[in-house]
Amino acid sequence: MKTRKGIEVSIAASIAAKLARVEVIAAYPITPQTHIVEHLAEIVAEGELDAIYINVESEYSAMSACCGAAAAGARTFTSTSAQGLELMHEILFIASGMRFPIVMATVNRALSSPLSIWGDHSDVMAARDTGWIVLFCENGQEVVDSIIMAYKMGEDRRVLLPVMVNLDGFSLSHVIEPIELPSQKEVDEFLPPYNPLYTLHPDKPVTMGAYGMPELYTEAKYAQETAIINSKKVIIDVMDEFGKKFGRYYKPVETYNTDKADFVFIGLGSVNENIKTAIDDLKTQGKEAGLINLRLFRPFPSDELMSALQGKKKVAVIERVMPGGAKNSPLYNEIASLAFANRMTLKMENYIVGLGGRDVLPEDFQQIYNEMAAKEKAEKVKKDKNYTVMRVRA
Amino acid sequence: MISKTLERYTEHPEEEFVVYGHRACQGCAEVLALRLAFKVFGKDTILAMATGCMEIISTPLPFTCWKLPWIHVAFENAAAVASGIEAGVKILMEKGKIEKKDIHVVAIGGDGGTSDIGLQALSGALERWHKFTYICVDNEAYMNTGIQRSSCTPYGAMTTTSPPGKKSIGQSTWKKDMPKIAAAHNIPYVATACPSYPYDLFAKVKKARMVEGPSYLHILSVCPTGWRIPSGDAIKYGRLAVETGVFPLYEVENGQYRITHNVKSLKPITEYLKGQGRFRHLTNDTISKIQERVNLEWEGLKFQCGVK
Ligand SMILES: Cc1ncc(C[n+]2csc(CCOP(=O)(O)OP(=O)(O)O)c2C)c(N)n1
Ligand code: SF4
Ligand SMILES: [Mg+2]
Repeated sequence: MKTRKGIEVSIAASIAAKLARVEVIAAYPITPQTHIVEHLAEIVAEGELDAIYINVESEYSAMSACCGAAAAGARTFTSTSAQGLELMHEILFIASGMRFPIVMATVNRALSSPLSIWGDHSDVMAARDTGWIVLFCENGQEVVDSIIMAYKMGEDRRVLLPVMVNLDGFSLSHVIEPIELPSQKEVDEFLPPYNPLYTLHPDKPVTMGAYGMPELYTEAKYAQETAIINSKKVIIDVMDEFGKKFGRYYKPVETYNTDKADFVFIGLGSVNENIKTAIDDLKTQGKEAGLINLRLFRPFPSDELMSALQGKKKVAVIERVMPGGAKNSPLYNEIASLAFANRMTLKMENYIVGLGGRDVLPEDFQQIYNEMAAKEKAEKVKKDKNYTVMRVRA
Repeated sequence: MISKTLERYTEHPEEEFVVYGHRACQGCAEVLALRLAFKVFGKDTILAMATGCMEIISTPLPFTCWKLPWIHVAFENAAAVASGIEAGVKILMEKGKIEKKDIHVVAIGGDGGTSDIGLQALSGALERWHKFTYICVDNEAYMNTGIQRSSCTPYGAMTTTSPPGKKSIGQSTWKKDMPKIAAAHNIPYVATACPSYPYDLFAKVKKARMVEGPSYLHILSVCPTGWRIPSGDAIKYGRLAVETGVFPLYEVENGQYRITHNVKSLKPITEYLKGQGRFRHLTNDTISKIQERVNLEWEGLKFQCGVK
């Protein structure tokens, strides 16, 4: 086994971008993303990376400059959180529509108002359908590995899409974890230099971003949608290749203790570490629960999720975002739709946890288990709405 | 630094980069401005364009009238996109991934895309000192969306969102002074231009192209459709704008202001206003107010340029 060293996850994320030999970085600071961009600025300032760091005046311009740089043929990186992601919103769709393989580390944070610098998933969930490949990370090692893999996924000629790597603000971004940083040589062997299909260059003029009349718009969007759906195969290939090279294997959907249990949690991001702890604790009490961890959120890994759900009876969908007037939170709605389409009868509950940095403890998941699993089939979990907001003082 | 060869610039580059097939209205001086400007920028140019008339008339998928590498991302970010292109091209040359040569990046926005929604991105790009030229093609309103007012719409003008009425004179605010705002960034070159004066425009494009660092060109672009004038009169009204002092032609080179087309005595403002449908409703009161303001600004500019 290689050496792991204790390092702040944000710093490791910026080192991953460096290892990917990014060429243009355009970023604007926002808590809790700051350590990533500060450290990258330092790396560039020290001449440790051949790159241009554009100190843009807003996230809107960050994403716009990334589009320009990608169009010129450079490998680009940016990172943001919350308000910054929302300010980029318009350009997120354009980056994917124009098929720029930009990579962005999104350090998840709650959206105002009220202003909160603390973590939850309201930022990424508001940007989930922007045509980006969306990955979630459970721990620091995954963050590093995902950033490196993201370029290989996005830049693949069969894909050509931007990739968003999500890591939870503070609870992941600011913790020190033992992380194995691959060597530059290994990364170079895994990730070749970006070889763009089209670039802006006077020797071969191309037009990018022309407008689509009704007779073409649908076809353009259909082609893009086909690309993101088909990207799953490439994503899986890249994960496999990464595993062979680095010995760490990833899958779009990962499971923990699901063999024995007909009760499963489904969650996104670092909260899954606490769920695993809860599962271990429950086991000591003779109770079996499993976890389905969605590493890949877009394209939605329906097949993988379906097989993980086979034989399961009760599902607790854990999310860190308010539904905002919707029936349930986004992931719940999507799983419900998947279950309905496949005629599965699942007893599903929707739990909203950890909003704006509210603590989420393993005990919470034990409580959820006890509420759902221990009760008689007919007995419904007591809920305020279609979902339960944990630890709320209503 | 380039010497002041402005008046003597008589070269007329033949090659065209904005070609036939675009869908601009008849007599559009905005597309003419670009056609003239890109003759001088020439082949080694990459273009980032904001949403607006010039984007819409030129590039309906899968057509284009541009013979240059061209990109459109959104309305408010042409300067930011250009920043990214400039950085991208530079680093790829530094890394030896593309051949080293002098490629110029140009960003283009309308007056709305520049003075309103894109002002922040523009200010950022100028301040960061990207080597690029920003062109504002100013037709004094949001023409693409149907003649709504912008902060560059002149005082009194009728637009669809500054309609004259019982309680309104039309546009109730004075035109935002974009060239001065650009110049306040202390960039090496800022100039105003108008396609009614092609040689003046050529010379300014050439300077903008050559300086080290960012440059800004503000081009008054008469829009017959939005100004409600006959389509054959765009050149005439461009000239009248200059001759009445409404739109002086000047440049700011390393902080030095210089009038490039001096007008010995200004024509009365009425010569410019009359015949333009957008000013048809103006009262004598409003007209004298405008005249006063034009005189004041013209004197101010002359003072700044040391012209007696
Ligand atoms: C964010 C956003 N807001 C509004 C619009 C609608 N819009 C497109 S072009 C335009 C006006 C363009 O005006 P200007 O920049 O002056 O260019 P012109 O068409 O007059 O040449 C507007 C309001 C848009 N495309 N994007
Ligand atoms: S509306 Fe005005 S600026 Fe737009 S194409 Fe027509 S004439 Fe030109
Ligand atoms: Mg306009």
